[in-house]
Amino acid sequence: MRTTFLRRLPLHLILLVGVVFSIFPFYWMVVMATNTTSDIYRYPPKLTFGSELATNIVHVFEKIPFFAAMANTAVVAVATTALVLFFDSLAAFSFAKFDFPGRRVLFGLLLGMFMLPAQLALIPQFVIMVKLGWAGQLQALIVPAAANAFGIFWMRQYISRAVPDELLDAARLDGCGFLRQYWHVALPAIRPGLAFLGIYTFIAAWNDYVWPLIVLVDPDRLTLQVALSQLNRSYGQDYSMIMAGALLAVVPLVVVFLLFARGFIADAVKGAIRG
Amino acid sequence: MKAAAPRTRRGRRSYWPQYLAISPFFVIFGVFGLFPVLFSLYLAFHRWNGLGEMEFVGLDQFRFLVEDSTFWLALRNTFAIWFMSTVPTLCLALVIAAMLNSAVRFTSVYRIAYFVPNITSLVAVAIFFGAVFSTNFGLVNAFLQAVGLPAAEWLTDPLGMKIAVASVMTWQWTGYNAIIYLAGMQAIPSDLYEAAKVDGAGPVQTFFRITVPMLRPIILFTVIVSTVNGLQSFTESQVLFGSNTTLNPNTGGPGQGALTMVLYFYHQAFDNRDFGYGAAIAWAVFLVIVLFAVINWRLVQRRASE
Repeated sequence: MRTTFLRRLPLHLILLVGVVFSIFPFYWMVVMATNTTSDIYRYPPKLTFGSELATNIVHVFEKIPFFAAMANTAVVAVATTALVLFFDSLAAFSFAKFDFPGRRVLFGLLLGMFMLPAQLALIPQFVIMVKLGWAGQLQALIVPAAANAFGIFWMRQYISRAVPDELLDAARLDGCGFLRQYWHVALPAIRPGLAFLGIYTFIAAWNDYVWPLIVLVDPDRLTLQVALSQLNRSYGQDYSMIMAGALLAVVPLVVVFLLFARGFIADAVKGAIRG
Repeated sequence: MKAAAPRTRRGRRSYWPQYLAISPFFVIFGVFGLFPVLFSLYLAFHRWNGLGEMEFVGLDQFRFLVEDSTFWLALRNTFAIWFMSTVPTLCLALVIAAMLNSAVRFTSVYRIAYFVPNITSLVAVAIFFGAVFSTNFGLVNAFLQAVGLPAAEWLTDPLGMKIAVASVMTWQWTGYNAIIYLAGMQAIPSDLYEAAKVDGAGPVQTFFRITVPMLRPIILFTVIVSTVNGLQSFTESQVLFGSNTTLNPNTGGPGQGALTMVLYFYHQAFDNRDFGYGAAIAWAVFLVIVLFAVINWRLVQRRASE
């Protein structure tokens, strides 16, 4: 055991270099966010944590409505995730376990939608949002994202495996309709799958940039990513403050990810390889 | 697709709950997906600023596009950035995956560490790389200076800008691809490796003779995904070089060295409110992606079968 590990030591050292590259930006972000900008502007640069984090964060709060942006982002991410989980799992259950006429065609149509690049739809989507009076409103982010092809495709695979047909047949004999089969039989069996799809959706919604940038026309109602980008554009030279802002936008998500990382990565790989 | 499981059928059943269950997706997709895509095709034949009357101009937008040197510059930039990020990303990912596959210990820690970049906000990462590549105070130049090399103007030189953007993409996607390759490698039957060992093949030979050919479908998949994503790159360039358009009518940084196709699309559509031309650019981008994905598919397949 020991000796084989020692023989693999060079391998681990190289892998560790890769880990350092992966993790380094987080470390360096903290270094910049905890020092003053003039410390960063120095040669040789300061490589250790400083004590200016609070000051830098206060500067961020002065420059952008940070808490409002954070709250908007959280509302959008939570609402999108809840809707996606419900609509995608319901549709996936339907596709996985019921042989309704047109099922194959409709599912094929759904798969075809993977192919369409997002920017083709952006201008008309924006026009629609303006016409609906939703431009600048958070529902412009939530409603179009409330159900998606990837989630249905992924959940359908999951449900085919995780929900036994015998159980559904038994429920049917007991007189359970579609909704009760979904609620009492399917849902309890697919909780781990929902956990993956939920985290995936939450991360995507939290980090989304292009569409919020376009549709959030009201400068008082932005998401974190858009606010952060504007902060960078307006005060680009004040690295300490910008990095404090970036850190605040990144940390909640990294924490969520680390809590669920193991299962999440395995499921993400499965989704990618099948997709 | 798996065979449909046996189902109880009591005569003619009504399936309205099932149709209702799948309807939210199709309604949302119809309104916010399919209709907009068709409408953007219509728009590409018109001149419209989003407010006044739409004016039919036939193929004018596309004619203009073909002659628009800025679009061709954006196309070249996009390809250069794509190449500069995808080649190192996928090569590094393969090597890392092969090492992870024989690491035995700490693999779950490695997987998490290598995956984290992929879930990190692209805006934050782009800002971070902007700071690292900054000419006077950036870490990259500090390092170059420390080892006695001349500092470079990363964020103003056309090539340096592309390197900065490509670095963001490489950092974000190498670990992700490595973990996908790793999953593929773990599915390769171990008797193949044992046979290679019996035949006296070294690790490098095994890697090129067994691992890479066996991974062919997954490599193909990652090449296609990187092509589709890479040719649509936007956020990195927009955050780093999408200058304030009221001060500077152009976008994409000095000399527009980091102007990508989608950034140009965004600029025409949403800074200049030229919806017709924006739609034409979006369709051109779509065409380029489809063409290039097909070419890549062919190339990778042929090379693998040789």
